[in-house]
Amino acid sequence: MNLLTIAWKSIRQRRLASSLTALSIGLGVMLMVLVLVIFGAVDSAFNQTSVGYDLIVGPKGSDLQLVLSAVYRMQPPIENLPYLFLEQMQKDPRVVSAVPLAFGDVTKEGSFPIVGTTTQYFENEYMPRRKFRIRGSRINGLFDTIIGSEVARENGWDQGSQFTIVHGGADSGHVHDEKFTVVAVLAPTGTANDRTVFLNLDGFYAIAGHGKPVNEIEKRLKDFYAADPERLVAALKQLEGVKAEEAAGSHDHHNHAHATPDAMKEISAILIKTDPDKPYLGVSLMSDLQTGYQAMAANPVRTIQRLMNGLIGNIQKALVALTAIIILVSGVGIFVSIYNSMSDRRREIGIMRALGAQRMHVFGIILAESALLCIGGGLLGWLTGHGIAIVASPWIVNQTGLLINPWALNVWEAVLFPVLVGLAVLVGFLPAMTAYRTNVADALSS
Amino acid sequence: MSLLLESIRKSYREPGGRRIPVLGIERFEMKQGEQVALLGSSGGGKTTLLNIISGILTPDAGRVVVDGRDVAAMQEVVRDHFRAARIGIVFQTFNLLPAFTALENVLLGMSFSGKGVDKTFAKQLLERVGLGHRLNHSPQQMSVGEQQRVAVARSLANKPVLLLADEPTANVDPANQQLILDLIRDTCRDHNVTLLMVTHSLEVAGSFKRVEKLQDFNRPELCLQEQAT
Repeated sequence: MNLLTIAWKSIRQRRLASSLTALSIGLGVMLMVLVLVIFGAVDSAFNQTSVGYDLIVGPKGSDLQLVLSAVYRMQPPIENLPYLFLEQMQKDPRVVSAVPLAFGDVTKEGSFPIVGTTTQYFENEYMPRRKFRIRGSRINGLFDTIIGSEVARENGWDQGSQFTIVHGGADSGHVHDEKFTVVAVLAPTGTANDRTVFLNLDGFYAIAGHGKPVNEIEKRLKDFYAADPERLVAALKQLEGVKAEEAAGSHDHHNHAHATPDAMKEISAILIKTDPDKPYLGVSLMSDLQTGYQAMAANPVRTIQRLMNGLIGNIQKALVALTAIIILVSGVGIFVSIYNSMSDRRREIGIMRALGAQRMHVFGIILAESALLCIGGGLLGWLTGHGIAIVASPWIVNQTGLLINPWALNVWEAVLFPVLVGLAVLVGFLPAMTAYRTNVADALSS
Repeated sequence: MSLLLESIRKSYREPGGRRIPVLGIERFEMKQGEQVALLGSSGGGKTTLLNIISGILTPDAGRVVVDGRDVAAMQEVVRDHFRAARIGIVFQTFNLLPAFTALENVLLGMSFSGKGVDKTFAKQLLERVGLGHRLNHSPQQMSVGEQQRVAVARSLANKPVLLLADEPTANVDPANQQLILDLIRDTCRDHNVTLLMVTHSLEVAGSFKRVEKLQDFNRPELCLQEQAT
């Protein structure tokens, strides 16, 4: 019969107190695991490898909102850019690829974001060295769509499924008349693409209500190209035909996909890839945009790193510290429980010593008891934490868009069990010393 | 010679600093396999003597030789190990651990001897004391007599050379007293174990071939005389 078995017998003898103390440790560990799983998902979703583009170009405003809306689809667009600016970016020698995004609407079922883009989006890598895998046919019709894996799973959609979309976010209540058809489904990517419905950009413009009055467009172009008169003149020239049609009362700006000049079109953001061997080109482009047009470029990696290192990183540290304190307090509970039991167990210790147990044996039995409670409780909490993560992950995905991997192990979890062993030694040491110092003759006569 | 006590002195210090002499034994010896009943009044030092022989306490002076080795001269760790391996103890209050079954209590007796745990032998011992059918019962599920029989089995778990029994029948009902007594004596005889049994009972002592009264060979005043010189 080894020391662990003897310790286990002692724990079983005090079932209630032992269970409660182990449970308190378990709860602390469970909370820590949940914090780590959730922040692990946040970290994984936002770390630099999840962005396959060097710059995000959008209207002037918050760079964080731009990145969150264009890459992570967690925010509405800031404003819009003229489509003509996309053509300008595509011609820029510093740009390898410029992909337009137009968004703002959501599906009626599940409120998944609708993104209008071009086939270039699917040809580019969505992460470094990772390309989309698509099951289905290419987009041919204006209202053909490619949906992300989570959209397909949650809405039960597949090729041939038809659906409608809500204008300007789930709360607007205005459902567009157009019926959209799923022609392809993306394989899971672990990114926001899994929760996105992709539409041909032309289809996006063809949706009734997506066009703006020519006067408003004209004003926007004047604001945007205020520092570039040459481009402004060219843009305004494209509007003359539309203005003439409006004056004649024949232009329907709710449905003007076929004859819409590029100057009438807008996009929400442009995803830019630059030459990876010349990172300074991206910096130069960012700098130009700061001073020129009513646009800006955000480096998604730096923007997200700033968010992670600042707000989210600190929240994570605070929550981990809080759960560590809970575990420590639970450890104190184990100490109190074992220490209080020592006076009752004095005779037991005396008996074992009389049977030949050495001081180090009884010291080891008490430490083993402390370790069993700490590690047993910790293991229970670890499994429960991951179990809750498994059960809750669909709900978290639905509520936040964060893709949870319930079994993803955080480096802190690897540290957790050695720390629990250390805690067991710490809280068990004093009771173990009490056992070590027990006077056998006195204990037997007590 | 299985047990030899030589020039044993033991006194306790009171909180005020005064020393209370307890034992002053010039010589006491027992042969291998011998069975001795030790009579003595309450507070006369019987339990202290058993604790010194088993190495639970150390004497202030003197030699305690068990199976040829001086227990009093050993380091504590060696003494603990020696006690586990060579000395069996039966307590007046049985001292079984309540969290352990009868079998586990016997196995616990084997756990600290360094000889390893022999489950088959532990079962044989319990069968020998008539508890083969109660191996997995806890002490709380047993009668007082049965608990003491488990304690006897545990004391023999490591095949000791010396068995110390401290009034083993004092808390047992009359119907079981003779049974326990016969069990201890017969088992010791069968295994050639030396038995020193402390008792209050003249009836119990009367069944022993050799009966010693502690007051006949214990002169606590020797402690004070030596201190004075």
